[in-house]
Amino acid sequence: MNSMIYKNKKPLLVFLIPAFAFLIVFLYYPFFQNVVNTFLKIGGLGRAPEGLNTPWYENYQRLFTDPYMHTALKNTLLLTLCTIVFQVGIALILALLVDTIRVGTQFFRTVYFFPIVISATALGLMFNLIFLYKGGMVNQLLLSLGKLPYEVKPSGKVLVEWLDWKDQAHFLFTMFMPVMWQYVGFYFVILVTGLNNISPDLFEAAALDGADGWKRTRYITLPLLRNVLCTCLVLAITGALKVFDLPWVMFGAGMPENQGWLTGTYMYDQTFNRMNVDYGSTIAVLIVVLGVVLSNAANRIFRPSEDL
Amino acid sequence: MNYGTKRIPHILTYLVLSLWALTTIYPFIWVALNSFRKKGLILSDSFSIPLGESFTWDNYITAWQRADFKNAYLNSFLISGTVTVFVVIIAGLAAYGLVRYRFRGRNLLYSLIMAGMMFPVFSTIIPVFRLEVMLGIAGTGNRWLSLLAVILPQIAGNLCFAIIILMGFIQSVPIDLEESAYLDGCSVFQIYFHIIMPAAKSSFATVAIFAFLWSYNDLFTQSFFLRYPQERAITGLLNEISSQAGVNYGLMASSVVLVVIPVLIVYICLQKHIIRGLTAGAIKG
Repeated sequence: MNSMIYKNKKPLLVFLIPAFAFLIVFLYYPFFQNVVNTFLKIGGLGRAPEGLNTPWYENYQRLFTDPYMHTALKNTLLLTLCTIVFQVGIALILALLVDTIRVGTQFFRTVYFFPIVISATALGLMFNLIFLYKGGMVNQLLLSLGKLPYEVKPSGKVLVEWLDWKDQAHFLFTMFMPVMWQYVGFYFVILVTGLNNISPDLFEAAALDGADGWKRTRYITLPLLRNVLCTCLVLAITGALKVFDLPWVMFGAGMPENQGWLTGTYMYDQTFNRMNVDYGSTIAVLIVVLGVVLSNAANRIFRPSEDL
Repeated sequence: MNYGTKRIPHILTYLVLSLWALTTIYPFIWVALNSFRKKGLILSDSFSIPLGESFTWDNYITAWQRADFKNAYLNSFLISGTVTVFVVIIAGLAAYGLVRYRFRGRNLLYSLIMAGMMFPVFSTIIPVFRLEVMLGIAGTGNRWLSLLAVILPQIAGNLCFAIIILMGFIQSVPIDLEESAYLDGCSVFQIYFHIIMPAAKSSFATVAIFAFLWSYNDLFTQSFFLRYPQERAITGLLNEISSQAGVNYGLMASSVVLVVIPVLIVYICLQKHIIRGLTAGAIKG
């Protein structure tokens, strides 16, 4: 029950006002203003609006007819799906494995988590070097393994062509892989903590009943991990929708040939390069709406009950 | 549990775990090695360790000469340091208030904070920019005001996450301690500073580290408000170098290393706090 210390509510103002003042001025008000902006005609970043759009919902209409927007949505939803399956999936496998060992857990946590603290700009540059067309790390590796096409000439084997990791056939992999790779450690750490919270008594009881290995995982660990997995899912969905800087540094504006848009990069390009500020704001609203809808859906489907 | 009888699966486990560890470590090692390699050799032979003939400091010398790293480090630490201090203080107070007090609208405030985590920074930046121009903070060409222009939205951007994490921790502090302190005549503020803060020390550390790293790594806000050379912070500098470097891959590699090193130092020194504190809060979310 509520302690008597906290019956007097006056100090509460001191606790809450600084935070909410900041949030209102620099987060909620700007977001509200951003929603208003979607109905206005705005010609440039610092410019004042030039009145309502005609019709006022023009930007929302445009969302549905813009082919690049469709590409962006398709790619982003695919990325979200891949994030859920591979990012959370790999993290879950690694977490279950780490749970069975005793030596080195701290090491694996530290190492897996490391990419998250590095700026996406630095990572983007790094992956640009790794996937470089002419002599990048991956291509050099493939060359030395003899996996690239070559011709046999009198002077020896001559390379015909490097593999272009950013062309139409490969760009989705090259774009998604770093994004997913970076955050596996994040979900790994959350899941490992969830695993540590499961009482060892349960496993001992299961062992007495003859359940071992896979059965133990299937019937005890996974059900008990369900809430934590659900948290991961929501974080993964909202995270994937917001992805911006890694693809931006690696691919720039919609490369290759406007096939590579994501909602984040498309929004940025419309706002800052093409000065369609009001349309950019509309895309931002769509990102937030999608985030709320998808994470609520994930919660409905996967969160079983409050008290697990 | 009988681990001894399953030695072979155990080796497999370590193998899989080490493979993933390799993917997270090796790319950084590869970049670091190549930052010391002589020009042109990266493209033909990037896997060997650069020794003797192929070793060079040139990439670092060029990077240091071409770009004002010293100034950029200073700007970055000023920005991120200030953001960190304010986020910790403000978020701590709010989290304490939200956890311990029961009042009308509490759930609403909590939902607002959860929603705040979902706004992508680009959905708020334009109105913030206009607001700050109006207040005379942004776009003045004054270095210190420009730094402030980055600091303010970054504080707001980090608050929601920080409050959620800290709430998770403060909830787990046993209330008995506070009650006995209260009976001894402590005010709520004394309770907060003398009991709550020390008890939740590691989560405060986590929040501080994340606020610092996110602020340091945030290219988007930086490139928006810091337009003049003397204002440039470290991530923005890296972005600029990369757009100018063209095919000078050695320069790119050395710049990446220069940007990553401070983060690496912070991470290695404080990794215990980062991981432990993060999870305890996140699970409850």
